[in-house]
Amino acid sequence: MARIDMAEVAHSYLPKTQTLEEYALKRIHITWEDGGAYALLGPSGCGKTTLLNIISGLLAPSQGQVLYDGLDVTALPPEKRNIAQVFQFPVLYDTMTVAENLAFPLRNRGVAPDLIRERVREVADMLDLAAVLNKKAAGLTADAKQKISLGRGLVRSDVAAILFDEPLTVIDPHLKWQLRRKLKEIHERAGTTMIYVTHDQVEAMTFADTIVVMYEGEVVQVGTPEALVEKPKHKFVGYFIGSPGMNFLECRLEGNMAHVNGAAIALDPRTAEQGRRARGRLELGIRPMHLEVHNQPVAGGVPVAVRLIEDQGNAKIVTTALGGQTVVARIPEAQPVPSEKAWLRFPPAWTRMFADERLVG
Amino acid sequence: MMMEKWEDNRAWYLVLPVFVVVAFSAIIPLMTVVNYSLQDIFGPGNAVFVGTEWYKEMLTDTRLHDALGRQFLFSGLVLLIEIPLGILIALAMPKKGWGVSASLVTLAIPLLIPWNVIGTIWIIFTRPDIGLFGVWINSLNLLDVPFDHTARPIYAWITLMAMEVWHWTPLVALLCYAGLRAIPEAYYQAARIDGASAWAVFRYIQLPKMRGVLTIAVLLRWMDSFLIYAEPFALTGGGPGNTTTFLSIYLVKLATGQFDLGPAAAFSLIYFLIVLLFSFIFYQALLNVGRGEKIS
Repeated sequence: MARIDMAEVAHSYLPKTQTLEEYALKRIHITWEDGGAYALLGPSGCGKTTLLNIISGLLAPSQGQVLYDGLDVTALPPEKRNIAQVFQFPVLYDTMTVAENLAFPLRNRGVAPDLIRERVREVADMLDLAAVLNKKAAGLTADAKQKISLGRGLVRSDVAAILFDEPLTVIDPHLKWQLRRKLKEIHERAGTTMIYVTHDQVEAMTFADTIVVMYEGEVVQVGTPEALVEKPKHKFVGYFIGSPGMNFLECRLEGNMAHVNGAAIALDPRTAEQGRRARGRLELGIRPMHLEVHNQPVAGGVPVAVRLIEDQGNAKIVTTALGGQTVVARIPEAQPVPSEKAWLRFPPAWTRMFADERLVG
Repeated sequence: MMMEKWEDNRAWYLVLPVFVVVAFSAIIPLMTVVNYSLQDIFGPGNAVFVGTEWYKEMLTDTRLHDALGRQFLFSGLVLLIEIPLGILIALAMPKKGWGVSASLVTLAIPLLIPWNVIGTIWIIFTRPDIGLFGVWINSLNLLDVPFDHTARPIYAWITLMAMEVWHWTPLVALLCYAGLRAIPEAYYQAARIDGASAWAVFRYIQLPKMRGVLTIAVLLRWMDSFLIYAEPFALTGGGPGNTTTFLSIYLVKLATGQFDLGPAAAFSLIYFLIVLLFSFIFYQALLNVGRGEKIS
């Protein structure tokens, strides 16, 4: 087990890189604390797998260093780094039995046969593979195959960290949920650092204590699930986390008031001050669930036209138009919905200010 | 409600074209051979039914036994050399860049040359008077009898094996290369994470993943080398003595040299059955090797 630091890591797959845009990873500076359960969340192509492969050593970064407990391992190959990694699609050694597959990482490192048998047994019990231990791996179902892949990642007890690269993609939803809980259990019991790559926010939130959100080769926010919902540091986090995503409205500041298409919205004085100091394009941001929807004019309410109401069963999603901009609100199922005209109130505590896509206050 | 099932045998007409093609390409020629093998043919319209006479004769023919033994030795050596060598070449080939096309083209060259031309190339190459290899090896004065493939059987065999290996190892290498390229990168990544040695990667990933192409390579090389004709014919015509008289050379001598059509036909059928039997054995063996217990 170890603390993993990435210092100024950048990577480009091109032989000669001219502009910053060509980097798959742009200057990543992050620390993975020992024993943490992390989710690496971001859309496809944002550099999650690249980052993971740099941690494990499958890929040497173009720039920067990777440190395990302060020790520079940047130049070391994965087999010398003591790290485990599970891939998106099951990788099996076809000619071996399930038990031999699970034992393979240990056998290659010269672990004593008794100890190997014990660990294989434990992992097989954890993943419900005990019944098929002596079967050839090749003939099993896709679910079982991916469990074997997971097992090979979990079988070494002394690894610096276990990296999961969307490991449950090919598994059916019910088993997926079970396995994710199993991984969480294993984490709580063994305390091994786990980094779990996914593009599914629900998966990230249920697995991790800390979520690292990536966007276009950058880490845009590191935080708890609550922090990502309540204080997204980047417009992308606002969109990507939560369903539906955060509302962003272009605005102009006058004192403590934000003007959006002629409507004035009161802000928290500190938020407004940060906004006035910031440079760049100003936007006001608020989560749909934080908006108040009223049937009649209220103090501080902004009149909007109701465009669409979607019933999600446990909540209603109200799409409205404020001047030319769309504002989405999420209201409790029981609340009556205005049909044509409504008044939205923006609670100052939940109303954020963004300048050039980044949170300022 | 019961479904009324129609019985319409006219569907068989759809199979007819295939049946006709197969009949003309395989069944009719084969049956002609069967017909010959049961008769003694003196001339057109003059044949006597002799039953299994020719089969008995062929099965007890010592020259045929000798040729069969030589044939097994030759094909065995071919497989033992070409399969491992082909795998090694495929493993050593570049995986990207200009080297890929360069090596592929280089490997393909021997495969594009006609059989008898290859024989001629190697005869000239190994000739003791003008051949590059022949002149060079004799100039070293290492051999007690100067190199000349008509002088000693072993020289003829060496030239034949060199010819065969040069001609056909590229095919095995190309097949293996295709097999290797088809292995997803994730397997190699997982092996690195699992700390596998280069040997373990070969043994547990590359070799099992090449099973399919290797089956094809073994079958092709087995059948082809078992039917070898043009090369020994061009080199020494089966000599020196009978030492490179393989089955097909003996068969042709019998059929067109001595015009013993009956025995030659019986011989052909036996030959055919041997090739079929061993192809089947190899196929089954390669299909099941490393599978161990049957998965239900």
